[in-house]
Amino acid sequence: MVSDDPHANDGVPSGGPAHEPAPAPVLEVRGIVKTFPGARALDGVDLEIRRGEVHCLLGQNGAGKSTLIKVLAGAHQPDEGTVLVDGEPVALVRPTDALRHGIATMYQELDVVDGLTVAENVFLGHELATAGFTQRRVAARRTRELMARLGHPEIRPHTEVGALSAAGKQIVSMARALSHDARVIVMDEPTAVLDSEEVENLFRVVGELTGDGIAVVYISHRLEEIRRIGDRLTVLKDGRTVATGLPVASTDRAELIRLMTGRAVEYAIPRRPAPAPDAPVLLEVDGLELAGSFHDVSFSVRAGEVVGLAGLVGSGRSEILESVFGARRPTRGTVRVGGRTLRPGSVAGAVAAGVGLCPEERKSQGLILDQPVYRNITLSTFGRTARGGLLDEREEREVARGQIEALELRPSDPDRPARTLSGGNQQKLVLARWLVHGCRVLLLDEPTRGVDVGARSEIYALVARLAAQGTAVVVVSSEIDEVIGLADRVLVVSEGRVVHEAPADRIDEHQVLDLVMEGSAA
Amino acid sequence: MSDHDVTTAPAGDPGAPAAATVPHDAARTVAQRSPRSFLRGAAGRNLGLVIALVALCVVGVATAGDRFASVDNAMTILRLAAVLGVLSIGMTFVVTAGGIDLSVGAVVGLSSVWATTLATQTLANDTSWLVMVGCALAVGLGAGVLNGVLVAYGRVVAFIATLAMMVSARGLAEIIANRQTQIVRVQSFLDVFQSEPLGISLLVWIFAVVAVVGWFLLNRTTFGRRTVAVGGNPEAARLAGIKIRRHTLYLYALSGLAAGIGGLMMLARTTAGSSTNGQYYELDAIAAVVVGGTLLVGGRGTIVGTVLGVLIFSTLTNVFTQNNLSSSAQAVAKGIIIVLAVLLQQRFADRSRSSGSA
Repeated sequence: MVSDDPHANDGVPSGGPAHEPAPAPVLEVRGIVKTFPGARALDGVDLEIRRGEVHCLLGQNGAGKSTLIKVLAGAHQPDEGTVLVDGEPVALVRPTDALRHGIATMYQELDVVDGLTVAENVFLGHELATAGFTQRRVAARRTRELMARLGHPEIRPHTEVGALSAAGKQIVSMARALSHDARVIVMDEPTAVLDSEEVENLFRVVGELTGDGIAVVYISHRLEEIRRIGDRLTVLKDGRTVATGLPVASTDRAELIRLMTGRAVEYAIPRRPAPAPDAPVLLEVDGLELAGSFHDVSFSVRAGEVVGLAGLVGSGRSEILESVFGARRPTRGTVRVGGRTLRPGSVAGAVAAGVGLCPEERKSQGLILDQPVYRNITLSTFGRTARGGLLDEREEREVARGQIEALELRPSDPDRPARTLSGGNQQKLVLARWLVHGCRVLLLDEPTRGVDVGARSEIYALVARLAAQGTAVVVVSSEIDEVIGLADRVLVVSEGRVVHEAPADRIDEHQVLDLVMEGSAA
Repeated sequence: MSDHDVTTAPAGDPGAPAAATVPHDAARTVAQRSPRSFLRGAAGRNLGLVIALVALCVVGVATAGDRFASVDNAMTILRLAAVLGVLSIGMTFVVTAGGIDLSVGAVVGLSSVWATTLATQTLANDTSWLVMVGCALAVGLGAGVLNGVLVAYGRVVAFIATLAMMVSARGLAEIIANRQTQIVRVQSFLDVFQSEPLGISLLVWIFAVVAVVGWFLLNRTTFGRRTVAVGGNPEAARLAGIKIRRHTLYLYALSGLAAGIGGLMMLARTTAGSSTNGQYYELDAIAAVVVGGTLLVGGRGTIVGTVLGVLIFSTLTNVFTQNNLSSSAQAVAKGIIIVLAVLLQQRFADRSRSSGSA
């Protein structure tokens, strides 16, 4: 499968129609396996990218797309499997290896340095220099050439990147890829940060790149986009390739959603009785808005009810939870708990009113890793057990032991640093804090991320028990089946708006996926 | 799945084979009895400091003999340590919470000057020496509150906010004192502050009381717990409902108050208010705190360690003075001690971390 002319695409336009890819694959991935402690992120991925094609990569959150991108970028080393460039196996040990082989990656969170100029960003990491002196004039000239090629001559080499829009930064990122003579450019949800006009522009640029024989690996959740610019597609699920090389034109939406859904369920979500319809409303969110993130979000949760927010990363679902909790100050709207309006932007106020949040980033937001388990459990309540400002550590340990026993926290030593616990036990630790606090409203953001199967079931059981005891629960998760399984009612969040609301037993994974993949910008 | 092998102890640990097979509670007792895990904790770190202090004393006795090993000299060392000690206790709180206060030395100067202006001393002579005390404490507290407001509510980086305070407090002290030394003329003030209850200088008593109160505050109160939590992970502390901004304000106020006390003690020691009082004390205090084992990034603080750190530095100064060595040589030795202490601590930290996360 060795390409007869590896330099075929060195800036020479192929001249042929853009959407008629040559059969020889420029990049091939065979049987990639990548495991992390406690999780098998990739479990046999095959992929074949042809010259000049737009190859779309689809899959739900957690399907393994990000890990695959990182393997291609040389940021992760696969445990098994091979990556072939032009039919030759290559070792991508460092990010520079990938670039050397012509694979450039544009991450979703654009990796440009705001404080540097456009030219400096384009040649970041491979500065044009003689004896340590940067050749600013040459860099500027080549940057101008690249910008012209991308159809954006208005982006000047000496502009500071921080002054550019998200679309502009994306172009800079793309210029950097081209400066490496990239033959494959991986774009991770490039349209997530763009408005519709900028999306058109991006598509035009992608068309020009593929016209030059460069292959684009395109990751997006928006089916409309994939339809418009994609040539072929590959679907990942649970770290495996479930379909590859499907022609975009002849694969319909229902088929795609079928391929992406239906995960192998290896854990059970306990059934529980529906909450009483006359149960008091504990949480009322009215017209909540956080500028630039979400708009006009209203919902209420009764005692004993579990409400799920389903949506993609970046849809605003986490921001909604954080604004309800006061960790972010909403620009508009009110939050009432038990009828009393919370002071906006005050976590302490929300906690005092009986609201608890298990944050998305457990380690950086939820725990003091070097502090012992018991102090993490009593972090919200040590003031309550204290008398006149004096801590009662004996009582705190006692309380912690009770939770350790009830939640089967392992290891069971209350004096161990929280750092030494596994992901699942750390999550239980954060939950235990709010159990001790005795909150009426519990907000759970990705409660099972990075949690092994056993702890997952325990967390589900715990949520069910809390609801049965009359706690109002709001749960956010990237795993749609988890949201549907846990919740009584599901709100689908897309692009910062609640686009659909339904009882959990009258909505399924397909419908939710359909709604969130609709995409309003494209 | 990995829940059950987290108790596995590092290779070579005598508790390891037992810990891997017995239930968790039993494993814990084994680990607790192990002398190595004891040394790894706070007690081990303090023991290291005590050994360093003893070693310094041995050097002192060996080189200076009776001049070093006398009650009088011990008192000299303690008196020398007292002002820095009080500042360092305040600094320990700020550093434990992940902050820094560069202004304490300058605030010592400012409060000593303000408490000895003609107006203050006249008023003190007419009424009570407590006027001077109140003045110095108010100046210290005021500067601390200003620092705290800037850091907590103005979101100015602590380094910059307190650097600005350091520069401007020193400048203000110069303006007030007109670059002159202001002799303390209130005899009752000197009578009190230069007294020696039970044969020990009042300055040493103040240091002791501040240290004990500081230890209690950091280890036994909700205030101390909040301090450690804010330093350990401010975001987690905030999301647990702790008012971290208000607490930050309190911490800088506390440090400023300690500097005010330091200013008073300086007056007692030098019998004069001067804008140069307390120069470089902020750096000595930070050094003592860090050598003592408080993490500069926050999340762990030790008053005992700080006290030992202060004693190590003042003993070192004394040993050098007794041997007629220059202060320049002292500075070099100080620098070496700081680096050695921090290197050793990092080794401790690495070991306890790697043994913890099996």
